Amino acid sequence: MQHAGQQDRLADLRLRIAHLEGGIRKTRPLPFGIREIDHHLPGGGLARGALHELVEAGMAAEFAGCATLFTAGIAARLNGPVLWCLTRRDLFAPGLSRAGLHPDRVIYAEAAHERDLLSLVEEGLHERGLAAVVGEMTRLGLTASRRLQLAAEGSGVTALVIRRWWTVAEKDLVKLPTAATTRWRISPVPSEVMPAPGLGWDRWQVELLRCRGAEPRTWFLEACDAKGRLALPAGLADGQDQAAIRRAAAQ
Amino acid sequence: MALAQAQALVPNLHVADATPDEDEASLRELARWAIGYSPVVAPDPPDGLWIDIAGVAHLFGSEENLLEDLTDRLTGRGIAVRAAVADAPGAAWAVARFGAGGIVPADRTADMVAPLPVRALRLSADKLGTLHRLGIERVGQLAAMPRAPMVRRFGRDVALRLDQALGHAFEPISPLIPHETPMASCVFAEPIGRSDDLKTILLRLSQDLCRQLERRGEGARRLDLIIQRIDQKGANLRVGTAKPTRDARHLAKLFDERMQTIDPGFGIEEVVLVASKVEPLREMQTEARVIAGDSTSEADMGRLVDRLGARIGTGKVYRLAPVQSLIPERMVRKIPPLAPPTGSAWPQTLPRPTRLLDPPEPVVVTALLPDHPPALFVWRKVRHRVAKADGPERIVPEWWNGDAGSVPRDYYRIETEQGGRFWIFRDAPADQGGNWWMHGLFS
Repeated sequence: MQHAGQQDRLADLRLRIAHLEGGIRKTRPLPFGIREIDHHLPGGGLARGALHELVEAGMAAEFAGCATLFTAGIAARLNGPVLWCLTRRDLFAPGLSRAGLHPDRVIYAEAAHERDLLSLVEEGLHERGLAAVVGEMTRLGLTASRRLQLAAEGSGVTALVIRRWWTVAEKDLVKLPTAATTRWRISPVPSEVMPAPGLGWDRWQVELLRCRGAEPRTWFLEACDAKGRLALPAGLADGQDQAAIRRAAAQ
Repeated sequence: MALAQAQALVPNLHVADATPDEDEASLRELARWAIGYSPVVAPDPPDGLWIDIAGVAHLFGSEENLLEDLTDRLTGRGIAVRAAVADAPGAAWAVARFGAGGIVPADRTADMVAPLPVRALRLSADKLGTLHRLGIERVGQLAAMPRAPMVRRFGRDVALRLDQALGHAFEPISPLIPHETPMASCVFAEPIGRSDDLKTILLRLSQDLCRQLERRGEGARRLDLIIQRIDQKGANLRVGTAKPTRDARHLAKLFDERMQTIDPGFGIEEVVLVASKVEPLREMQTEARVIAGDSTSEADMGRLVDRLGARIGTGKVYRLAPVQSLIPERMVRKIPPLAPPTGSAWPQTLPRPTRLLDPPEPVVVTALLPDHPPALFVWRKVRHRVAKADGPERIVPEWWNGDAGSVPRDYYRIETEQGGRFWIFRDAPADQGGNWWMHGLFS
């Protein structure tokens, strides 16, 4: 009985905190469609109208190949047009459409300087009815990220920031704290060994580094399919222990 | 000469009252007609017309042709006309009325103006009287006098008129703006300087402008904001919109970003907002444009695109549409952000990277057998061991696009032992000495 009372009180407190924060989420979070992740995230999915930060790790992390596809997958599963703000032209649009993000839905805004990006992303976040604003940013300090978070809360547009860097000094900037609701780290891991020569479906190690209201956690997932959905690798779907896979990957 | 005296001299004299108002109205009418020659035209009552032909003479072949065309047309309408082209409005005024007219060569303004009577300087009657009493009849005489005593004796206005006639002093002409252009303006009793005030004024002006546009059933495609400072310096800002609109708040907001570039100096005394380009817009702007695949969103992409365009330039906001080509560099083409949905996407059957290196970067490769995918490659000084590979996918050059001389590429998808996936290609078979290139990165 005492336990149930505690639950109620917790729920009540959560509601009051949400009130204080100003943004009572009217929109349901976006589920990943994977039970393990959705149960772990508060509200059962990725919060809409919030700032999410994506970092890539791996051998060619500065290109953020995985993080880009991961982001495209999230954007594809939201409804409506997407604004994609960038400074470098290394994005290959046919690759995005592989995650189900139709080219008609994406408007690109190309800034000449990194310093213009923040205002572009913020401008996009003020436009209600956009599905998401994606920004490929190097610098995102506490103040800047707080601004984006507030803008996202105000309009309900989801902000997805892919952290990019070009020099070693810029790479260190990525480690600094931000006010983002969640921070994810995506890194490629070896795919399943196929019986014949060739490549299996790509696999990622998806780490939730920071999340308001949830513990950090790591999952091994298969990359987005043509509808932007992630999946648990076939060997894991039937309830195999994640930790075992992690150990296997570590070896 | 009194009227009675004139009538005594000429028995059948026809007498008509002077109608300065009507004359001025006709002059404005004429000025409006002359906009066909140059956008900057100003009536100069009672009997003159300024036309700023800077940058338009070549449309008529030369200044001579333009002048001939203008005088022919006016003479054809029964208007007695004298015209001159000069570097300075003052010089043209003088030469047209008191000189031979025609073209005043750029370096001969002083020579052409000097022999003219001092009346050619647009001076008041009492100044002319003073000059006459002192025996100064020609502009040249006045110009030859030592400057300081001349200013002291005749006053600054004489010196200014002289400078204007000789082209030493800048003389602004306030152009006639055709009635057809919707505009809103605001003159301040007290000059303003704070940017907040300017924003408030701008919103009010744009509301005014939008009401005008609504009456006419039009929407603005381009806006000019003209700001006059009290020290006679001005600033202009121009913004464009992706589609006709008459949403006052939105239009005012487009200027926000660039408002900071305006230096109010000692204060701004006049602000004019002109819709210099308009397009028909019949329906009220309540309908929202929705980009493919969405029913609930009400994003007005036109507004967003305008605001982004005002920040970074309209060419920098775009959509990417598929092109029927297999050459990676050619698969994408930029289209305007509000172009109708193309409905087509890239083929899904062949995996394509999310990041493309343009141009491709060379890699050093070790392959077990000449035609095998690489077992090891070095890219950007880092050695990658290849765990799995898929390929080759041969992409042949498109001879119909003019690259008949280039070679087919064999693309491989490579997965390294760490799991990173790369898209590399060889530009010729191994036995022909093909080189390897890194072209893209997968997830």
